[in-house]
Amino acid sequence: MKKELIELKVNGRRHEVAIEPSKLLLDTLREDLGLTGSKRGCDDSSCGACTIQVDGVPMLSCTMVAASYQCDNGGNEITTVEGVAEHGALAAIQKAYGDWGGSQCGYCTPGFMMTVRALLERNPEPSDEEIRHSLSGNLCRCTGYTQMYQAIKAAIQAEQKGMAAGK
Amino acid sequence: MTSLKKNDFSVIGKPIAMIDSAGKVTGQGKYADDLSVPGMLIGKILHSHLPHALIKKIDASRALALDGVVTVVIGTDAPNTYGILPVGHDETALAVEKVRYVGDNVACVVAESESIAEAALELIDVEYEPLPAWFDPEDSMEAQANFIHEQRPNNIEKDYHHVFGDPDAGFAQADVVLEGRYIANEVTHAAMEPHCTLAAFEFDSHTGREGRLTVQSSTQVPYYLQHKLSIVLEMPMSQIRVIKPLVGGGFGGKSEIIPLEIIAAVAARKAKAPVKITYTREEVFLAHRGRPRTIIDLKTGVKKDGSITAVAAKVIQDGGAYCSYGVVTILYSGALLGALYDIPNIKYDGFRVLTNKPACGAMRGHGTVNVRFAFESQLDELAGKINMDPVSIRRKNLLKPPCITVNGLRVQSYGLPECIDVVARESKWAERRTKLGKGRGLGMACSHYVSGAASSIIRSDMPHSTVNIKIDRDGGVIIYTGASDIGQGSDTMVAQIAAEVLGCKMNRIKVVAADTDLTPVDIGSYSSRVTFMNGNATLRAAEDIKKRIVAAAALKMACAPEDVIMRDDLVYKKGVAPVAPKQENAPTVSGHVEGQILRGSVQQKRKDEGPKERMSFEEAVTAAMDNTGALGGTGSYAPPVEAKGGKHKGGGVGPSPAYSYSAQVADVTVDEETGEVTVNKIWAAHDCGRALNPVSVEGQVIGSVWMGLGQALQEEFVWKDGLLMNPSMLEYKSPSSTESPEIESFIVESIDPEGPFGAKEASEGSLAAAIPAISNAIYDAVGVRLRECPFSPERVLSAIRAKNGQKKIEMTNRVDPTAPHKMREHGGSTWYKGKGPQRHADDPSRKTTTEVPAAD
Repeated sequence: MKKELIELKVNGRRHEVAIEPSKLLLDTLREDLGLTGSKRGCDDSSCGACTIQVDGVPMLSCTMVAASYQCDNGGNEITTVEGVAEHGALAAIQKAYGDWGGSQCGYCTPGFMMTVRALLERNPEPSDEEIRHSLSGNLCRCTGYTQMYQAIKAAIQAEQKGMAAGK
Repeated sequence: MTSLKKNDFSVIGKPIAMIDSAGKVTGQGKYADDLSVPGMLIGKILHSHLPHALIKKIDASRALALDGVVTVVIGTDAPNTYGILPVGHDETALAVEKVRYVGDNVACVVAESESIAEAALELIDVEYEPLPAWFDPEDSMEAQANFIHEQRPNNIEKDYHHVFGDPDAGFAQADVVLEGRYIANEVTHAAMEPHCTLAAFEFDSHTGREGRLTVQSSTQVPYYLQHKLSIVLEMPMSQIRVIKPLVGGGFGGKSEIIPLEIIAAVAARKAKAPVKITYTREEVFLAHRGRPRTIIDLKTGVKKDGSITAVAAKVIQDGGAYCSYGVVTILYSGALLGALYDIPNIKYDGFRVLTNKPACGAMRGHGTVNVRFAFESQLDELAGKINMDPVSIRRKNLLKPPCITVNGLRVQSYGLPECIDVVARESKWAERRTKLGKGRGLGMACSHYVSGAASSIIRSDMPHSTVNIKIDRDGGVIIYTGASDIGQGSDTMVAQIAAEVLGCKMNRIKVVAADTDLTPVDIGSYSSRVTFMNGNATLRAAEDIKKRIVAAAALKMACAPEDVIMRDDLVYKKGVAPVAPKQENAPTVSGHVEGQILRGSVQQKRKDEGPKERMSFEEAVTAAMDNTGALGGTGSYAPPVEAKGGKHKGGGVGPSPAYSYSAQVADVTVDEETGEVTVNKIWAAHDCGRALNPVSVEGQVIGSVWMGLGQALQEEFVWKDGLLMNPSMLEYKSPSSTESPEIESFIVESIDPEGPFGAKEASEGSLAAAIPAISNAIYDAVGVRLRECPFSPERVLSAIRAKNGQKKIEMTNRVDPTAPHKMREHGGSTWYKGKGPQRHADDPSRKTTTEVPAAD
């Protein structure tokens, strides 16, 4: 298939890539931009390992056509797990996942990072039920999710402390 | 070592984030599929659509003609047989002569891109001659011709018949004897990372010909992979380098050689270019190697006081089309009837049977899980018959260690009594049981597992683990370990052990792991052996190197080596306050000039000061290097002879240097209208010897209980004539966060006399108890005894309706979940009766087609 040139805005930077028009966003990120943080776990949007954010909304890049998410003025800003660390340091949720055992093999972790980040942006103080519900689109085979809940709560506390300190 | 208390440690027993966690949360960590090399091609495998057929002809000419296709590999390109067990070399890279299951590997296209390779698969013409196929092991054992493997008559891979003690006399002494058939359906690991292998040859610099092979693969067993590659490719092992990058979960699914690992190497050789193959999720399900469907005919006798007098088990495993770990699995099923409770008489008949389905292998709790489900369910029933509390009957049958069980297993540390106490107390068992109201109940069960096998599958006297440590003038400690971190945290474990022994901070430690060129041999991450065996090797390597540092420090501090303490980055004399030396940060001592330590000035400084009372870690290291040259330490571990078990045939499987123990209570609610079971909570206590890293131990325990819960409630392979009907994460029903209950874990520390700092297994032993704890809780809740798992709504509902005398609704394909008599087949056929060829006339399963109408 003949390739076409498209322009994507990923983690705040613009990239021109020549890809087949049918190429999936996940493959484009991984193969053409070298952003291998987003993972392929299932091929059919059932596991969530490929979760990214488009304009802040968590989406499954394994079933999205890259050419449909070309950057335009102020839209289609893509964030991947590589764009989560802030100012060269781990974001609170990243630190907490490590400390509390939220990540074991780590393969599902990038997807969870994007889902949890979107949850906390939308709702900085989610209830246990809201956390549980919001994670239901991401599968993990290692943790049984329990330590993830602890990690998320620790991250929320750390954020609140950080905000209080900043005042 | 056992006398050490928790607060005697500075690193051990502390919750420490995994040393590779930052790479995992940022996306920087590289898994196999994240790797690429220049000139890399993509391989795609053509799988058989028939369960059993001769290959008459493979014509790849149309595929080869497609632009972008480099080569097509077929079975005759690498016909040598291999298999994970020396007794089970029955696989080839790609099928030679015949295919044995839907999904068997027929050919591999190597192309410039994935899309071209996929298109080319459609253009390979394969001519098959279908053979009769067997899907139910009890049918398969009756086969008289057309065996799945010529060398395995009646399709029986292996059978074992063990008698320990006097089972007949034991049953005669019993007041109550129960017999029943239990069936556990097939489950798989479904690790989040699909398997991936990247294989690349390089030119030999002397001859200019094809030289060394480097394979980067998602594996739990890099050294076995190196060995099997050498067999298939007919290359010396020294010319093959296997590197394990980050691995996205294994659970046993990557603990043997998976077809793509061999195929990628064969393809790279034929294509004369690096080749990467990554499985799709469907291919992962077809590669499988999971827990086999198991039929357990179990008989247990107890006296009125609850003591078990004898157990007899006949176990048939539906092993799929290749041996895989099958011989070991069927042995574990029998051997691990022992070492949990005190059972004086055991009879065991195990049959590992070949069927035309994807091969089963090792999965978390290897071999024990399904038999444990049957045993703990029957024990619960027996307790009911003699009016004894389920907790009490388990306490009644405890072992009295140290001891050797009737089937030759040596038990030393034994935390089971405390595990039972903890979960009974925390779940308020005595107060709450029977008072939870209609439809809600509590169930209890126990389980255990080995901390590695005392005899390795390759039958050799080599150490099972070796670890090297290098410390250099920069004060960095580098551990070279063959242990394969697959997410369970073995890299962190070895770092902790070395830091504790050497008395240095964790941030000094770097771990180089699982690279056959760089790291000494370790037999792999399976059977929960790594903490015990590689941990012990690390401990010994660290003590080896520590001796020399201590000797040098003793000279400098003018004291006896016994009086030198290394802790928290400081080296000091006994009795001296461990305060950091003032000069530690002074540039004249640890000062760097363009990255180099001024050793001269260090020495000068020391001369000026005379004998010291304390030193920094770097100073002590430098002193040791001044004394005796470069600092390297090595340590290895082989299990002691006393742990190697009995001499009977098959006695090598089951013995372990130490066993972990688990007790669990499940609290469930059953909806009597829908049959849906909701687990409200599970309390799980696990005896891991010593928790080297409590966060990790809890994560492993919770993860195992959760995986058991998946098998108990919803995970199951659904078959139609050998075709797997649910090969995707959603259809397989891997539990999501909304289906996963709270699991509270409790660590019990029995301090094993031989484990590193007393540690033993933590990752598998808790899985098995979850299933019977739930089935016993279902019985407590609604009075139905389910003997087939998973306890899916249709099974639970059909049992409840039968118990209540309600009108029968056929939901379970005529298999009664309270008394399963045969494997449940899910309805008719998609291709035999429909689009595809007619089923062969001799196919034994054809006989049943008139009896069982398609139910779905």
